[in-house]
Amino acid sequence: MSFRESLESGKFLVTAEVGPGKGTDVEHLLKDADIIKNRVDAVNVTDLQSSVMRLGSMAFSHLLTDMGIEPIFQMTGRDRNRLALQSDLLSAWVLGIRNVLALTGDHPTMGDHPHAKPVFDLDSVSLLEMINKLNSGYDMAGNELKGVPEFLPGAVVNPGADNEAALDLQIMKMEKKIEAGAKFFQTQAVYDIDLFEKFIKRVEGFKVPIIGGVILLKSAGMARFMNKNVAGVLVPTPLIKEMTDTKDKVKKSVEIAARIVKRLKNLCQGVHIMALGWEKTIPAVLDQADI
Amino acid sequence: MIIVEPKSFEEIEQMTKGCGRLLVLGCETCSAMCFAGGQRQVAEIASSIRMSKKMSQDQTEVLDDTVARQCELEFLDHVKDKVAACNTVLSLSCGAGVQTMAKMFPDRRILPAVNTKFIGRATKRGEWMEMCMACGDCILERTAGICPVTRCAKGLLNGPCGGATGGICEVSKDQPCVWQEIYHALKRLNMLHYLKQKPQVKDWPVHPDKVVRKDLREVGAT
Repeated sequence: MSFRESLESGKFLVTAEVGPGKGTDVEHLLKDADIIKNRVDAVNVTDLQSSVMRLGSMAFSHLLTDMGIEPIFQMTGRDRNRLALQSDLLSAWVLGIRNVLALTGDHPTMGDHPHAKPVFDLDSVSLLEMINKLNSGYDMAGNELKGVPEFLPGAVVNPGADNEAALDLQIMKMEKKIEAGAKFFQTQAVYDIDLFEKFIKRVEGFKVPIIGGVILLKSAGMARFMNKNVAGVLVPTPLIKEMTDTKDKVKKSVEIAARIVKRLKNLCQGVHIMALGWEKTIPAVLDQADI
Repeated sequence: MIIVEPKSFEEIEQMTKGCGRLLVLGCETCSAMCFAGGQRQVAEIASSIRMSKKMSQDQTEVLDDTVARQCELEFLDHVKDKVAACNTVLSLSCGAGVQTMAKMFPDRRILPAVNTKFIGRATKRGEWMEMCMACGDCILERTAGICPVTRCAKGLLNGPCGGATGGICEVSKDQPCVWQEIYHALKRLNMLHYLKQKPQVKDWPVHPDKVVRKDLREVGAT
């Protein structure tokens, strides 16, 4: 079943994520992808995540299609103007890529080329509109396409916005993304399930599948780092303590992730597991969560 | 107004070396408001250049003057005799002023004494903030008079990126998230529904951007 069919069937979805590295070495990433191949519905491929120059999302997405894994091609507006974005989407389609996650993208100052020109010609909302326009057979300028793609566009939302204004704005933007054609949402990592539940209650009327984000906690230090540096991620103190107290970090990490996945099963239509190099633990997380 | 900052004196000294008879010319509009090109700064820079030239046995004369506005040809009339009497003009005006001078006096070298930074306002004495990028397609009526094109680090038109922490922008860590400011301002005005509007994708002007005078007359006539 394709990712689109799984999504439309209403089944509980599992997606994972790989981030290409700096350089041409893809062996370990392909190995990681192979480990999770039969346990996930699709695998996101990040687009120069954190604004660090790396191997591209399109090429690695294509390698996944060769392995029989369905990629979710992440595309940001940070580095390309509307000409390049549209062209890359057409290229992605002929390379067998069917799902696109439209993002605004981190600012270049967050990465390793801080003086790069920030493009942001299109943001996440206008990127979605453009994908729909391509799907309808026209480019942004209204010119007809010869050969038309049928992308499944998705988007992201950050349910952990840390004040009322930020959360209201996230939800308003989410509505705009739906109006612009987003067919599914993947979220920033969820640790505080009660807070996530409140968010879900607010947006359930939108009737768009939401795939809750899960980042594997590798250590207490990582949790503290995310609390300080990653907007919208708040790892509660008891979870940090669990990581501090454990002798077996991998086992504890899997246990915590499985617990989160189990609770998310009742709240949304899937989980997006970001293992950050610990892909081999994903099958254990899913087993423990009875998926 | 146009915000400018003075170039270092070393740079000015280098630029004016062997420049012949020099006119240091201030601008009483924006440059003066930035404490970079008004009468007082003209006097200071002219006197520093005189001293520097004296120390290097350079006998050339340094004149000084100030006009109300260097960016309009009409205002330059009253210095035309002084300019004619010099080889070079050191302009303490913004880039528009320097170029207007160069247009008015094509056979004189016009040197810039300031760096032109942006369109903005003084937030406190000695501190200025960018307010407008002159994008040519104003949307301030929908954003409670707060410009996201200029003041959002990514220039986003459809709401914030989700990177703000505690209301602070993740890129400019000393600035509030401008979209949260817009939110609060619209809420005060009971206009939050404006946030739901989807703006057009921004069309970027062909460089160099210009408004043709003919168009202005037409606008004025209607």
